[in-house]
Amino acid sequence: MLDFFIGHYAYWFVFILMAIGLYGMTVKNNLVKKLIGMTIFQVSIILFFVAAANKWGATVPVADRANGPIDPTRFINPLPHTLMLTAIVVGVATLGVALALVIAIFKRYRTLDENLLLEEMRKEDDTE
Amino acid sequence: MILSNSPALAPLSLLLAAILIPMVAFRRRWLAFPLALSAAAFATGISVVNLVRVLGEGTIHYHFGGWIPPIGIEYVLDPLSAFVTLVINTISLLVLVHARRSVDAELPDRAMPYYAVVMLMLTGFNGIVLTGDFFNLYVFLEISSLALYGMIAVGNKKSPVAAFRYLIMGTVGGSFYLLGVGFVYMTTGSLNMADVARIAPTLYHQPALVAALALMVTGLGIKMAIFPLHGWLPDAYTYAPSASSALIAPVGAKVGVYAIIRVVFYVFGVDFVRHSLPLTEILAWLGAIAIIYGSIMAIAQREMKRMLAYSSVAQIGYIGLGIGLANPYGIIGAVLHVMNHALMKACLFLVAGNYRLKLGHSTIPRLDHRVRKRMPWTTAAFTVGALSMVGVPPTVGFFSKWYLALGTIQNGRWLFLAALLISSLLNAIYFFRILEKVYMKPLEGETPADNDITRNEAPVSMLTPTLILGTALIVIGLLNAVIVTGIIRLIVPPGM
Repeated sequence: MLDFFIGHYAYWFVFILMAIGLYGMTVKNNLVKKLIGMTIFQVSIILFFVAAANKWGATVPVADRANGPIDPTRFINPLPHTLMLTAIVVGVATLGVALALVIAIFKRYRTLDENLLLEEMRKEDDTE
Repeated sequence: MILSNSPALAPLSLLLAAILIPMVAFRRRWLAFPLALSAAAFATGISVVNLVRVLGEGTIHYHFGGWIPPIGIEYVLDPLSAFVTLVINTISLLVLVHARRSVDAELPDRAMPYYAVVMLMLTGFNGIVLTGDFFNLYVFLEISSLALYGMIAVGNKKSPVAAFRYLIMGTVGGSFYLLGVGFVYMTTGSLNMADVARIAPTLYHQPALVAALALMVTGLGIKMAIFPLHGWLPDAYTYAPSASSALIAPVGAKVGVYAIIRVVFYVFGVDFVRHSLPLTEILAWLGAIAIIYGSIMAIAQREMKRMLAYSSVAQIGYIGLGIGLANPYGIIGAVLHVMNHALMKACLFLVAGNYRLKLGHSTIPRLDHRVRKRMPWTTAAFTVGALSMVGVPPTVGFFSKWYLALGTIQNGRWLFLAALLISSLLNAIYFFRILEKVYMKPLEGETPADNDITRNEAPVSMLTPTLILGTALIVIGLLNAVIVTGIIRLIVPPGM
């Protein structure tokens, strides 16, 4: 049992990060704090992929025949890393759109508190 | 040359238009709309060619850059993906024709970037449907989602808040899906769907793969807006500009539906799902609850777009129920309803757009018989759409409900059959209250004399797509047997 926890310690950290991120996105009222939670959540998934690709005693996947025949066990799996480059780009784009929305919301309502925003919107619905 | 590359042409031409529009139309603003329209028309034409090819030649695999999967990314054209891309592109083309006037009216300065974003959204949708690679699907999912956030946020004062809430939900969905992809890759060592489909059936005792399935379906369920993950949908559809809601509502959630059908039945397979977790059972129950909940909420709405949004929640419930039944009738009903609901919702949202342009509102209590006198054709299209939503034969709505009902009977699930029938009744309530307002004469002396009402119909560019969709609801309803036997029967997944 203990081996299971110690052997997978990287994943436990990742899942704790994930929980923190989800908590921030769902429970926090301030929109910027929600975005901080979102970033933590996305980063935890990136770390999950990278941790899974890791291999003890392996090195950068650059094949050089001068070092003898190519042995796949000596190299870290590069595919998850490249996938995560794309995921990082997606994350940055999402954050950019989200921040633009936050600015638009603040200009219109002068607040970033979700409860106040919803209350304000309900009032407007009633007056329409 | 063109023919051999036809699977890749639809998303690529749309992506090219998304890049070209800001470059070419930056100085010449009037060019944005023709460019967008011609890209959408080209994509529609290519989808027709693709469907014909698939029906003639069988499944087509297109390898990007000549790289053989599982190393390279492939596009897979099978009857399901060819059919869904054709539905998406045709409906978007019709709505785009309609969108010009409403975009000019509602977003006068922002038409050029708006069309570019619409093209990005369509690129994403086409890519999601065509790709045969898990990670590629994630990328297209996020491309389309980012475009959707932008399209929603340019609406009225409240729309950025709706877009932000959708963004948070959508990102959770996308991230869950990505996590699921991670689990799949770690257990099977492949990201290619066909490859995973070969490996997965031997691994159904692997908890990691079961977790992957659960994560992916949850993530895609948010995009599909299945109850109780539908929270973002009503606000997003209501506060978005008319053009956006008419573009998003018919096809937006359907790509989520498509991705769930693809992942659950084609990649993991019927046997895997039956042996691992009660996923289909959960989907069926959620679908049944969504049908009742969405219909009741729709009755309570005063704003037409909001009512249509809640009705979308209910209609997605039908599709969820069809998937959850996991028998051939259920799948036929679900896929047929993907098309039928797209047609009906497009028609009804275009009507709402016409009302908004000409009457300045689409609030239900303020509609009366003068609306019909002013806009007889639009109101006629609304009537056909409403009858189809209720499920009156020979409109399309009847036939998908028929197949779903057959599916519930085949599984002996009488409770689900009851939900289907009750919801038809509820649909009748919320549509007939509008029909009553526009067709019945009010009581004497309640409203001013109506001889001063002049005919003030929506412009031709808006009326034509509305009427085409209204006619299609009946024509496709009559032709449904051809579509079901010719295309949708081929879609029933293996092992069912």
